[in-house]
This record gives sequence, C-alpha cells and structure tokens, in this order.
Amino acid sequence: MNLPQISMSTAREDLRTEPRIIRVVIIAIAATFLTVFVVLPLVVVFAQAFSKGVAAYFSALSEPEALSAIRLTLVVAAISVSLNLVFGVVAAWAIAKFEFRGKTFLITLIDLPFSVSPVISGLVFVLLFGAQGFWGTWLQANDVHILFAVPGIALATIFVTFPFVARALIPLMQEQGTQEEEAAISLGASGLQAFFRVTLPNIKWGVLYGVLLCNARAMGEFGAVSVVSGHIRGETNTMPLLVEILYNEYQFVASFAIASLLAMLALITLVAKTILERHLDEGQLPSD
Amino acid sequence: MGLTLTWLSVIILIPLAGLFLKSFELSLDQFWGILTSRRTLNALKISFGLAFAAATVNLVMGMIIVWALVRYRFAGRRIFDAIVDIPFALPTAVAGVALTSLFAEKGWLGAPLAELGIKVAFTPLGIFVAMIFIGIPFVVRTVQPVLIDLDAEIEEAAASLGANRWHTVAKVILPSLIPAMLTGFALAFARAVGEYGSVIFIAGNLPNVSEIAPLLIVIRLSEFRYADATAIAVVMLVASFVIIFVINRLQRWAQTRIPAH
Repeated sequence: MNLPQISMSTAREDLRTEPRIIRVVIIAIAATFLTVFVVLPLVVVFAQAFSKGVAAYFSALSEPEALSAIRLTLVVAAISVSLNLVFGVVAAWAIAKFEFRGKTFLITLIDLPFSVSPVISGLVFVLLFGAQGFWGTWLQANDVHILFAVPGIALATIFVTFPFVARALIPLMQEQGTQEEEAAISLGASGLQAFFRVTLPNIKWGVLYGVLLCNARAMGEFGAVSVVSGHIRGETNTMPLLVEILYNEYQFVASFAIASLLAMLALITLVAKTILERHLDEGQLPSD
Repeated sequence: MGLTLTWLSVIILIPLAGLFLKSFELSLDQFWGILTSRRTLNALKISFGLAFAAATVNLVMGMIIVWALVRYRFAGRRIFDAIVDIPFALPTAVAGVALTSLFAEKGWLGAPLAELGIKVAFTPLGIFVAMIFIGIPFVVRTVQPVLIDLDAEIEEAAASLGANRWHTVAKVILPSLIPAMLTGFALAFARAVGEYGSVIFIAGNLPNVSEIAPLLIVIRLSEFRYADATAIAVVMLVASFVIIFVINRLQRWAQTRIPAH
C-alpha cells in the first residue's frame, strides 16, 4: 500500500499535486457523486422501511410470506455456497498448480457468468428443464420438478455465483507457487495430506473472501432466479423476488423491510470484506 | 481435475450449449426476422446505447473519484473508498426499488428535478441512471491499483524538465492508465448491457421506448415464445464473448506496457 507521504521536502511534494482549488473541486465532485448515487439509495431503503414506524417494520418481517422467503433464501445460499466452495477450491487448485492444455479456455469459462446477463443465466435452465425444453418431457413423465421449484433456483444461483471462490483463489495460489507442496511431498506426505496441511492453511483468508462474496451474491440474485422461480407465493419466492412482488403491489413498507435486510447483508459483507482484505494484504502475499 | 471439468461442464458448458442448440432449431430467416422486428431492435438499441452512455459517464466520474481517493487526503476518504463497492454488494432488486423511490416524482431527488421539468423515473433517463449506479465500481477498481503503483519519479522528472502540471497529467500519467481505464469501461459496459434487476423498476418498461433487451427476453419467455427469447439471448451472449475477448486483449496490452514487478 502507499505510505502516507510525510512532507520531507514540500517542494518535491508540490511537483506531484494540483493547485488547491482544483483539489477541492475534484474532491467535491467525487463526494457529491458518490453521495447522490450510492449513499442516498441506501438511506432511502431504511427511511422507507421505517416510514410507518418500528412496529409496522417488524410486523411486515414476521408475515408468513416474508419468513418463507427468508428461509428459502438461506437454504439456496447454503446449497450453492457449499458446492461452489468445494469446486471453486478444486478449480483454482487445478489452474494455479498445474499446466495443461485448454487452461485459458477454462479460465474464460469460469469468468463467463460474470459477464452474461442474469436473465440469460436463468433462460438456459428454462431451455434445459422447461416443458418445451430438452429434458422437459422426460422430467414431466417422471414427475421430477426442477423448474419453478427449489432445485431450479439453486441451479441458477450456482451458475451465477460460480466464479467467486475460484476467482479469489487463483491469483493467491499462483503467487504461492508449488514449492511448499513439493517440500511436503518429498518429506513423505500424500497428495491429500499436502493439500489439507499445506495448501489449505495458506489460502484460508482467500477462501473466506470468496465465500463471503459468493454468499452475498447468492442471497441477492434476482434476474436469474426470477426467470426460473415461477413466483409461487410462499413456495418459490426468495427475498429479492418478494421485494419485487410487494413493491408492485404498492406494499412499500413490507417491500422495503425485506430490502433493508438485504441492504444490511450488503453492508456487513462490505465491512467483513474490508477486514479480510487487510489480512490478505498483510499475511498472505509475500511482498514483491 | 476431471472433477473440475465435469462440474464446469454440468454447470456452465451444457446450459450454454443448450442455448446455442435451441437457436439452431430456427432457420436463418426466422432468426433474422426475430432480430429485425421493431420491438427487438429497439430493445437492443436501448440496452446497448444507454449502456455505452452510462459506461462513458462511469469512465469520467470513475477517474475523478479514483484520483481523489488515491492522490488526496480528506475527511471521510476511507469511507468513500469503501462505499464505492456498494453497487457490487447491494442486491439488484434492492437497488432498483431504492433508485425508483429516490427519483420518483415525489422522491427526494425526483421532486426537485420535476420542478426543473426533468422526469427521471419511468423514462429512458431512469434506465440511464440505474446503469450508472451499477457501473460505478468498475473503472475505480481497475484504475486504482495502477495509479497507486505508478512511479512517482517519472512525474517528478517531467515536472523538473519543465512540464507544467497539466502536461504531466495528460502526457505522462494518463497514457499509462489507458489500458486500465478501457478495461474498466468495458466491464461497466458489459454489466450495464445485461443488467436487469436494478433497471426494470425505474424503467417504465414501455415497448420501443424504455424496454431493455433482458426484459424482452423475460416477456417472451412468459409468453412461451422460446424461439424469440433464445434469439435475443444469443445476440447478447455473443456480445458478451466479444467484450470478454477485448478485455483479455486489453489486459495483455497493459502487461506489455507496464513492466511486471
């Protein structure tokens, strides 16, 4: 990180900065823009949620519909985060520690969900599992429900959150190289032992970082889930979907109450992320 | 390793292949007919056009923000640095309802703007605002590390050789930031083109006027016109591939320009 520049020589300092008036204008523009576009939307969520008082806020959150949405969101996040955790670690491990053909292609594939519209992420599963889809007839014949049910929501969420863990780990593992693992193996450790005793402890902050971001996105995903959910009340509505439904029914307090929970999740995620980044900067990366 | 590839194929490759296979069920004429229908063309124009405009705003504002965050010390700097990530972290549906109530005619910002005769919510301008919101972090976060690592001595050399401050910034600093700036721009553009949640609440969703392409996909799906939905999705997916390719190229360019350390 850049160290605070103590004015050893003010003349030298002056060479690298702008006149005072320009500095003030730039800071003012940046602060105003961020306040209008980022702070105000966040404040408005809580203002609207509490606009009819604290009692109305909590009664909105204890509606059966709200509770079932919260439960479904937690279940879907638990499924997709744990699966993506395992496969994210394995994918990062394969990419960072081994050389093989098609590696660049694999990295592109991992990144893909980041740049594809969430609606398309949902659509692909409708095309596979929908009534007119590739496996639709078979699924219907065997009474298996994927679309408009929890499995479809989980699949779409896994798809959009796939990159987070792998993305957090690949640069970290690449930087660490393979020397420590090689040392462990030459001292008689098995491959698995080397992974659990050497690799994993080295990347624990990175894993946590990936899981944190993965979880935030899993709980907040809207577009992809909206396409596959079918919006069955009390059954296939996650929290973001319920925000939409209540908003469209002009139940603003209820809608913003759910939204405020998601906003708090975002804020907690950001704070935890800042703390983790400090750990990653200090302990993990060897200074270059 | 085999496991990774299997998982990736199951989760990512097969679904995407399904999308392309579905589009092959259409004849070229059908495909072309869907894409050139007035409503589809307008939706694509709105999504790509406004995304480009919003990414441009993000580029300019992002540079101002990143400059303030990296080069100046002011009260609240660390907090402003942290909140740049909020558009990443806030679920899109929450951003959507929040921006709508902020810019609605009776909203905190909508009311004063309405007095000036500017209507934001439920117009294309609303789409533009939402796209700016979700694109804020990209330019800031791609340029920030490059600006921090920039060698102070080059600037000092330029200044001591007689360049004024404006020349130093324009001719010495900016050129080394260009690859990162373009990467941030491309990322913001890609995100805005595909954005759904934060846009649909504020957009008004009037066909041909304020209807974005991802929403048209959802509408076609709900009408069971899968072919239409697929055709639009394929176009957007190809655009995503092109953008990813450009970003990869930009990154390689950046690496050759700035010596690795």
